[in-house]
Amino acid sequence: MAGKGIHIEGLSKRYGEGDTAVLALKDVNMHVAPGEVVGLIGPSGSGKSTLLKCLGAVIDPTAGRMVLGDEVIFDDAWKVRDLRALRRDKIGFVFQAPYLIPFLDVTDNVALLPMLAGMPNNEARTRALELLTALDVQHRAKAMPSQLSGGEQQRVAIARGLVNRPPVILADEPTAPLDSARAMAVIRILNDMAQRFQTAVIVVTHDEKIIPTFKRIYHIRDGITHEEAGEGRSFD
Amino acid sequence: MISLAGRDILHAWGKFIFTGVGLGLLIGVTLTMAGVYRGMVDDGKVLLDNSGADLWVVQKDTLGPYAESSSMPDDLWRSIRTMPGVAEAANVTYLTMQVARQSNAGDQDVRAMVVGITAGEAGAPGWPPQLVAGRQITRGHYEAVADIATGFQLDDVLKIRRNHYTVVGLTRRMVSSSGDPMVFIPLKDAQEAQFLKDNDAILMQRRRTEANPAFNRPGVPGLLDAVITSQTGNSSVNAVLVRIQPEFSQEEVAEPIRRWKRLTVYDRAQMESILVGKLIATSAKQIGMFLVILALVSAAIVAFIIYTLTMDKIREIAVLKLIGTRNRAIAGMILQQALVLGVIGFVVGKISATFAAPLFPKYVLLTPVDSVFGFFAVLAICVLSSIVAIRMALKVDPAEAIGG
Ligand SMILES: Nc1ncnc2c1ncn2[C@@H]1O[C@H](COP(=O)(O)OP(=O)(O)O)[C@@H](O)[C@H]1O
Ligand SMILES: [Mg+2]
Repeated sequence: MAGKGIHIEGLSKRYGEGDTAVLALKDVNMHVAPGEVVGLIGPSGSGKSTLLKCLGAVIDPTAGRMVLGDEVIFDDAWKVRDLRALRRDKIGFVFQAPYLIPFLDVTDNVALLPMLAGMPNNEARTRALELLTALDVQHRAKAMPSQLSGGEQQRVAIARGLVNRPPVILADEPTAPLDSARAMAVIRILNDMAQRFQTAVIVVTHDEKIIPTFKRIYHIRDGITHEEAGEGRSFD
Repeated sequence: MISLAGRDILHAWGKFIFTGVGLGLLIGVTLTMAGVYRGMVDDGKVLLDNSGADLWVVQKDTLGPYAESSSMPDDLWRSIRTMPGVAEAANVTYLTMQVARQSNAGDQDVRAMVVGITAGEAGAPGWPPQLVAGRQITRGHYEAVADIATGFQLDDVLKIRRNHYTVVGLTRRMVSSSGDPMVFIPLKDAQEAQFLKDNDAILMQRRRTEANPAFNRPGVPGLLDAVITSQTGNSSVNAVLVRIQPEFSQEEVAEPIRRWKRLTVYDRAQMESILVGKLIATSAKQIGMFLVILALVSAAIVAFIIYTLTMDKIREIAVLKLIGTRNRAIAGMILQQALVLGVIGFVVGKISATFAAPLFPKYVLLTPVDSVFGFFAVLAICVLSSIVAIRMALKVDPAEAIGG
């Protein structure tokens, strides 16, 4: 599935023009291997969300290069025509809030993505159920999102992020609303899934509880990334 | 692929049913308004059908007898009947007035169109073609056949001006062009009701005539009496109804009457265009205005509902876009919801109009054509009013799902 994970070189992003321009990203360099989970840490306003939006193909970077798997997606300009399909097929999103679709049950919240990509409903639901089982929420498969606990919702959201087997998962503060046991569970799941599907995972976080679990961490400050080794502590 | 619109509707079905019913009542009013117009047109046609006439002969240069007053001598019918192609000719009078029913509980009056019909037999022009109860008028005086819409019953005693009439028969859907039920009475009585002056007025006129030396001449006995008789006589009718012989065309019969009798003659098509084009034209415009207003109000309601339903889903729409849902699918979801609302509204409207129509005092005619047209108008309104919401949804930035 995933070839080389995520590779980012010299990425920059400027908001606005002229006097009011903000250089939110100046020089971002990152590499995440398939099956690896890295942390992205930085103070407020340092450019974390901007980076996720660039990688998530919802805003246009100004310059630099991004490679997903073995596909160059950006090289001073977008190299893929259909960004929507790129997001659907290559990138899994997990947000701070689960943002499940309230009018779809748990299975269909997850199965929606493969359905959008053209997979027949039954097949998509089977695949969703496999993931829900792997994440241990299969017993809530028929429930509506409003009937789930916060931890269950977050696991469903992770299942949704994984269901199209994207080479990349972008997680924005995925553990913020959870207590430490649940936060650890989420991190374990992300690691398990990364291993299992050879997915490259970037976790943006402030969460002191989970920072020690990363083997590698990127610090971002004023739009510039610095790599450092993490503690890589076990999360069991 | 699953139907996003369908799932959302099932999830929030209470909201959809509730607003659909509200919209439906509005659509019901709209359909009923259209039915009121159709009813007016139909009343006019029924009036013409029931008169049993092929031609209407009226006072020269008038649009009588229904749209304008028309008055002509009551002996003209004889000479009209001898014209080529005329099968039957009959005098008729029409007068819309209050007709009182006398009962122990006091008089109760109803607005009705009093029709004077010539002595003769059933089937003559002007006569009610069918009765639902009782019998036709057989005596020359003081009998009446009333439409059941008056609320009168057999053997009721009616008071029309100074005289009393017994109801001997009942009709159904015999109405004037303005929807007032008809009361048939013998022509002589009707002429009296229409043209007879009250006793005081007759007395005054007689005094004036007596005082006029031109009429009251000592040397000419009988002159004064003759003048007074002619002044107080009731020798006018409103129209002569003509039935033509089958081998003649309407125009072949009408033209000589126009030329030789110096009268205006209308055929069925002309009469219909007078009723529909002139008599009820203003009411039709009035109803048209209401229809436009109701359509605008319905559109505003659908637009508002769809807009708020979409506003409530901005976050979900951003997520749907982020995970790769196409704009088309999102627009389709909103559009389908608007259409479902429209269909619920139309069904509720159609049902409520069907049940409400008989309760209206005037005839309300719901035609399938109007329903079909209404259905497509509702769908068009729903499509148009979902445009605002669709535009807003398409503007939603998928980056919003990621947050700041
Ligand atoms: N849409 C935008 N327009 C202009 N400036 C922006 C926009 N989004 C973010 N910024 C600026 O870019 C910088 C980085 O923001 P952000 O990526 O949200 O940081 P973080 O997520 O780390 O808090 C900040 O200075 C912020 O004010
Ligand atoms: Mg942020």
